[in-house]
Amino acid sequence: MKLHEYQAKQVFADAGIPTPDSQLASDVDGVLTAAEEIGYPVAVKAQVQVGGRGKAGGIKLADDEDEAREAAESILGMDLKGYHVDRVLVEQAVDFTDELYVGITMDRGEGKPVAMVSTKGGVDIEEVAEETPDAIAREHVDPAFGMHPYQARKAVYDADVDPDLARDVSSVLTTLYQLWDDRDGADAEINPLMVTADDEVIAADAVMNIDEDALFRQPELAEMEEEAASGDELEQKADEYGFDYVRLEGNVGIIGNGAGLVMTTLDLVDHYGGEPANFLDVGGGAKADRIANALDMVFSDENVDSVVFNIFGGITRGDEVAKGINEALGQFDEIPKPVVVRLAGTNWEEGMEILNEDLVTVEQTLEDAVQRAVEYAEGEQ
Amino acid sequence: MSVLVDDDTRVVVQGITGGEGKFHAGQMIEYGTNVVAGAVPGKGGQEVHGVPVYDTVAQAVEEEDADASVIFVPPAFAGDAIFEALDTDLELAVAITEGVPTQDMAKVNKRLTETDTRLIGPNCPGLITPGEAKLGILPGNIFSEGDVGLVSRSGTLTYQVVDSLTNRGIGQTTAIGIGGDPIIGTDFVDALELFENDPDTKAIVMCGEIGGEDEEEAAAYIDEHVDTPVAGFIAGRTAPPGKRMGHAGAIVSGSGTGTAESKIDALNDAGVPVGDTPEEVADHIEDLL
Repeated sequence: MKLHEYQAKQVFADAGIPTPDSQLASDVDGVLTAAEEIGYPVAVKAQVQVGGRGKAGGIKLADDEDEAREAAESILGMDLKGYHVDRVLVEQAVDFTDELYVGITMDRGEGKPVAMVSTKGGVDIEEVAEETPDAIAREHVDPAFGMHPYQARKAVYDADVDPDLARDVSSVLTTLYQLWDDRDGADAEINPLMVTADDEVIAADAVMNIDEDALFRQPELAEMEEEAASGDELEQKADEYGFDYVRLEGNVGIIGNGAGLVMTTLDLVDHYGGEPANFLDVGGGAKADRIANALDMVFSDENVDSVVFNIFGGITRGDEVAKGINEALGQFDEIPKPVVVRLAGTNWEEGMEILNEDLVTVEQTLEDAVQRAVEYAEGEQ
Repeated sequence: MSVLVDDDTRVVVQGITGGEGKFHAGQMIEYGTNVVAGAVPGKGGQEVHGVPVYDTVAQAVEEEDADASVIFVPPAFAGDAIFEALDTDLELAVAITEGVPTQDMAKVNKRLTETDTRLIGPNCPGLITPGEAKLGILPGNIFSEGDVGLVSRSGTLTYQVVDSLTNRGIGQTTAIGIGGDPIIGTDFVDALELFENDPDTKAIVMCGEIGGEDEEEAAAYIDEHVDTPVAGFIAGRTAPPGKRMGHAGAIVSGSGTGTAESKIDALNDAGVPVGDTPEEVADHIEDLL
């Protein structure tokens, strides 16, 4: 779960990381009032969950009221890479001399948190990591002990941060780690951490990803989740139903149980010349209503021309799946899109007895099911 | 005949009084697994499926001589349950629980370096030695006894591939589902080492997926240390970058690492044929045996 910038900034500020004055606004008047209170110059920043906001016209600087109005009018309501912008953060524009990067993430290869510092801030840090990996100092942290102060200092010195700033940057890094640890962070990043003419540091951006599996013990952050939800209606619906769902570009809808098997089904659709419309994992042990919800999801996607249902039951039972399919499809006078079903594993025979074959096409193997769905999507009946 | 588990393995089920724990303890017993105890705080003295329940894993080990644990404990308490298993010096702990917070697993991962217990999972289907024992939730009926070892990051994909093998009369020594989370106990390299050292395993199937670099590491290990023939499968060729595909670990990072292509190339370079489909994996195994 990714927090919006304004949410992450609040969390960072509460922990004691210096952040610019800012206010959230949702209309032009709100922007002007906020800018007046903060004092010009200000930055007006679209609050949507996409990268490259600046390049896409989602961040504008304003030196006075006219410019603030212009920025507010152009950003509020704009479509930014498919996301509707309905809120902006009005923020004190910081006069800076340098930009740094600090971040904490989980190094899955090592199974440990890693703290990172770089003097190459203000740019795409993934590119820096790829092209000049030595420009990022890394320090692994023992998760049982947390980050020792010397480790923060070491990372800062290794990154060749100006010695006059070392104490402040170490302090920000230590605080960021503590925050990441306390709040079940997946990633916590400040890019850029701006250096002012007075040699003070201030977080001009804030990124915080929370481990969704840990939200049960982060009630405050879990409440923020709704606000941070994706702008894609189908993905929102998937959230409500509690599915692992990813929308893709093609026209063959895919429903299955288990991430690896669903991915494999996608790959086979591609292998047989089709294009997957989505990834939808109903998870383990899905009952009939969940199966019906999955069909509802995929039918809601206008791009879908056919659906393949691939279930290999372990915990999931074939009879429950068949019941769900019958229920979902039984409501229609005419089935909206052809559905191909392949059932294997636990209770598949019971499932096949229940399944109403007037509503669906049944195939015995994964390969046959996928090929049939691809044919249907191409309009071959 | 097998690695890690057989019909002598004495199993304690942590969380045996819960819905999943109870159901699958029953399934395991029905399959022939030697389930000797359950462990649930506050439920000591009860019986489930005729198996005595203890308040702690330590009691189960002391009273019933358990040497392996299967964990069906809800995510919020799973990290603690794994620690309990590790601190009881069991030989093997298998964590089925899905959704264990990653920071909890980082702490578990650190603890693993200090104990001799082997962990499988979390978020995995467990493991099975066909005809002897299953620890976890795998459907026993699709497996058959034989000489192919299997290791996989995905549960249902394991079933799919095993089905293809079994339908052709190719049985398995042991099948291990290691789970698709970012931080897990036993990884591909560990499993490959076990199969390499098992005289009865004549070929190995390795099922990987996008995300992380575990498959690349496994390929390098195979190249250096594994003489047993290996065939592979990698799920997620069509996955777009930046999107998490179900498993917490299955996300292709922006910088081009962790892609299906890089994993397939690494395996091919190590002499491992990779099937485009599960059926093709079975074809390769037929050729290799």
